[in-house]
This record gives sequence, structure tokens and C-alpha cells, in this order.
Amino acid sequence: MTATLPETAHQQTDKADKYARLIQPTRVHGSLYTDPEVFAEELERIWYRTWVYVGHESEVRRPGDYVRKNIGPQDVVMTRDRDGEVHLLLNRCAHRGNLVCDAPSGNSNSFRCPYHGWTYRNNGDLLGYPYNKGYGGKGKLALGLGRLPRVASYQGFVFGSFASDGPTLTEHLGAAAGELDRLARLSPEGEVELTAGWLKHRTRANWKLLAENETDGYHPQFVHGSIFSVTGSPIGALYSDNSTAVTRDLGGGHSENDLRPEFRRFGEPMRWFGTTEDRVPQYVARMRELHGPAAEEILVEGSPHVMIFPNLFIAEIQLFVIQPLAAGECVQHATAIQLKGAPELNRRMVSQCVGSAGPAGMLLADDTEMYERNQRGVALREPEWVDIRRGVDRERTDDNGFRIGTATDETGMRGFWSHYRNLMEA
Amino acid sequence: MTAPATTDDTALDLRQVEQFLYREARYADEHDYDAWEALWTDDALYWVPAGAPDGDPVQQMSVISDNRSRIATRLGQLRTGKRYAQSPPSHLRRIVSNVEILDDDDAAGPGRVPGDLTVGANFVLVESRERGKEIWAGRTTYRLRLVEGRLRLAYKKVVLVDHDRALPTLSFLI
Ligand code: FES
Ligand SMILES: [Fe+2]
Repeated sequence: MTATLPETAHQQTDKADKYARLIQPTRVHGSLYTDPEVFAEELERIWYRTWVYVGHESEVRRPGDYVRKNIGPQDVVMTRDRDGEVHLLLNRCAHRGNLVCDAPSGNSNSFRCPYHGWTYRNNGDLLGYPYNKGYGGKGKLALGLGRLPRVASYQGFVFGSFASDGPTLTEHLGAAAGELDRLARLSPEGEVELTAGWLKHRTRANWKLLAENETDGYHPQFVHGSIFSVTGSPIGALYSDNSTAVTRDLGGGHSENDLRPEFRRFGEPMRWFGTTEDRVPQYVARMRELHGPAAEEILVEGSPHVMIFPNLFIAEIQLFVIQPLAAGECVQHATAIQLKGAPELNRRMVSQCVGSAGPAGMLLADDTEMYERNQRGVALREPEWVDIRRGVDRERTDDNGFRIGTATDETGMRGFWSHYRNLMEA
Repeated sequence: MTAPATTDDTALDLRQVEQFLYREARYADEHDYDAWEALWTDDALYWVPAGAPDGDPVQQMSVISDNRSRIATRLGQLRTGKRYAQSPPSHLRRIVSNVEILDDDDAAGPGRVPGDLTVGANFVLVESRERGKEIWAGRTTYRLRLVEGRLRLAYKKVVLVDHDRALPTLSFLI
């Protein structure tokens, strides 16, 4: 954990003023994407404080499994100890700071630092150090690997927080938890698995451009018009001016494109997946057997399209994790969602995700081109502001009290920024 | 400079193979999508693995894993001129070298047909875009087939030296 000096009241007011100036209800300042000082403050106030998505339990299924992950620039090892508990450890030796884990993943109950041979249990405890007389003997050092003080998971999605206290994960997720439920219930066994491996896409843009774009229903027709026209994809229509889909501010910086109104209009099972039920007969039969009449709703409504603040994006069949590295650089990690007990869907999800996501993806490479061009654009001096007013005058409140806009409105972005501002001013 | 090549009578010499690889590279460098597409057989697999270089392209994520119809989709998107990641197109030049005819069935990839010729080569490629310059390098395994007297490409696997690292956008033909 990074130590921060206590701030004087004066400094705090300055900061509050600064973000109040830069973040206004319908526009945000370009410097928020380019200023290294803003980025440094985001690390402290968002990435090293709030709940951040790190990995999935299916990536460390057995005791001893570990996998390298990250929170922004922090190198984190997610482990499962012999009692089955999941830990998030910082990959830094307590002796002189070397990296203790160099493999991307594996199975081991301990880690040995290559520099002077200190060893650690996979829960972070220091096990031993060579030539221990130099330290007065065995078991004398109250040291260990750094670890995230709070680790919690929901539907197998593991989140970590660098803050020892604060809102619980359930409080942080709020309404977004329901979206993870919706995803998990698509599995006949109620479980999501992230076992298809990862694409890592280096992006020369600020992380917030990605987070904002994830539920921007205004861009698909334009940015993705090329691929929609070649494949005859019906996705474009979901984000047209006539679409009945809505953009929802879920609170807590989370937002979604709720496409269910469109899918309900058609009422066709598996349309959300771009197929028909006869193409995936075993899956559909198993879901009907399991859920009875309730299966129809699940099969028609499909998977969520949700951005969970600050870094987890689920787009129906694929999942993205945003890793910020600097004001102008981040990495997008992408994988195909796999549903336990649904082999018919899983192969197709890998194939579709490979086609659309990652550095060569027929969708995401174009999104990424936009992020990178945007990053260059917001660095220009005028007109200084990025506009986020689209749909502000036609926003409504839905039955559950959430703000919603049409499929192409910037409701999600406004929700993102209001939460961002709260965190940055706190 | 000749090498015995195939198991059947249609022996190909290394010179012909190299000429084919160079041509394929030039079509890709110059965004000659029609000429490049015409090189492929119907059972094509164009594969750029991600993570492990020998993963399973059916069950694991790849950077690219295109069968013949997806190659057509990819090129179709490029031809619209609105594939923004490649519009304006990258300036590209690549060197293909260390060309070897391989007798290695393991390298041949799935779906090898008797008579197919497996060839390995290394490459270095410079991509220049407004965003900046990228150096790409790696090992390519090709599977070539003589169809009606002309060489065609049935399989192209590109293992980038950066295969397990974060990659920038790769929207041209590699
Ligand atoms: S730095 Fe790890 S043992 Fe010395
Ligand atoms: Fe997009």
C-alpha cells in the first residue's frame, strides 16, 4: 500500500474545487484525459481505494493455483490457498522488493524469490529466508507479501480493494450485481467460467475513454458500420434512433445498454446470441428442463451489456478488463465468456469473440482506433470540453428509480462522471 | 539451390516457394486485397495465436483465427474503406527470410492434405501510421498446395515474438 500524507483542509478544498470545475453536468474538461497529475490522483482515489475487478475464481480452480493479474500498474498475484481461500498478493518481495512470481500462471503452494531465496506461502506469509542466523534465527521476521486488505467475490468475479474499510462489495456493485446474476443464470449450472485465455490490447488512450464508450449506444452505427454492412449484422438496429433499447445509469458509476426491450419485441429464443434455437438444441433443451416456463424469458432476454465501474465490461458474450497504465495508455484484456455446462455456446463464443475483440478484432480494433484518435483530439486547446449532454432533456426515471435514456443517449456517461467526481472529491 | 519438396511427383523447388512467399508478403504490404485473397484455398486457416503459441484455436482466444469465410469478411470490411483502424491504411514493408521447407507434420497445422508442403520463415515488419511506428516480428508457418499447376495457401500461422504480451492494434494483413 502506498502511504499518503494526510491532506490539509486547504488542499482538500482545492481538489474539490478542481474537480467541480472540470466535471460539469453536461461537459467534462479535456485535461481529465491527458493530465498526469489527474492520473496520479485517480490511482490514489479510485484504483487504490474502491473495489476493482481483478480476476475470476475459475482461473484459480484448484488449491495452489495462481495467476498474475493487475490493478492499474500494480502487479497482483491471485492465488487459492489449501483451504480454498482466494488471495490477492502484491508481487513484491518483502526483502528488497524483487518480483517473487514470474510465471503468468501455475500451481504452487509457495513462491520463492529468485534474488536471495526468501519463500512465501501462497497466502502471502513469509515461510523462510536462507542463512537465517543473519536475522537472529528462524521465524524472527514479521514480514510477508503485500496483500489487498479486502478481497470479495460475487458470482465468481473476484474484486479487491486497497482500502481496509469502505463500502462492501455488495454496496459497491449495487444494481450491477443483478447483471452478473443475469449472466450466470445463462449457464445450465449457474456458473460463468473464464477459461478461454486472454487477448491483451495495448491502447494509447486514457482509460476513461474506454469506460465511457462501453455503453455509448451512439457510436456503433458509425464506428462499426463497416463490419455491420459486410455481415448484415442486426446489431446496428439495436442502437438506432428507433430502437426501444434503453441506456441505464445503474448508480455507482455503473451503466448498461439494456437491449431486452428489443429482444422481447421479437420474442425469439437465442436472438440475443445472433442465432436460433435449432442451432443450439442441447443448450435450449437443458435450460427448459431446468427452468420450466421461466426458461423462455432467460433465453429471450440473454446476456447483459454492462460497464461495472471502474474496469469490468461485459458485452453479452465477451468480457473486457481495463488496465490503466498512464494518462495516455492502458491495456484492454479480453476473453470469451464461457458458461459451465453449455459446450454448444462456448465454442461459438470463442469464435465470435476472436472475430470481434482484441488487436485484430473486427469491432474492437475500430473502437480502439477511436480511443487513440480521441486521445490526440482532447489534447488540442479548443474547444477544451468534451460534450456529454446527449439526451439530457429526454431522460426518464424507470420503475426502479434508475435514470434511463434512449439507446443512443449519453446517460451512462453522465452517471460515470458523477460517481467519478464523488470519488475524486472525497 | 533446389530442394526436394513434396512426396508426390510435382516437385517444387525452394526458389518457387520463396517467390510465392515474397508475392504473398507484397500483396499484404500493399493492401492488394483481391490478389491476396485469391491465394487462399477453400479450407484456409489464417491463424495468429495469442498467449501460448500452440493453443487450440477452437477453445482458446487467438489474435486472428480466420477460416476462408472469415477471411472474406475481414477483407470485405477492409474494402469498405471504413475499417477505421486501417483507414487510412498503414504503410508497411516486411522482410521474409530464413525460408525452410519443413518435413515436420506437427508444424503443418490441422487439415493437412497429402502433397501439401509445409514451409517455415521468419519476418520483420515495419508499420508506420499517424499514431507512430511499430515493429512486428515473428515466425510464420505456411502450408502450400499446388492446385491446377499454381501454388496456393492453405494455412498461415504467425507466431509473433510478442505473442504473450499486450499488442497494439493489428488491423493490416500480417
Ligand atoms: S529481494 Fe527477494 S529475497 Fe532478496
Ligand atoms: Fe464499439
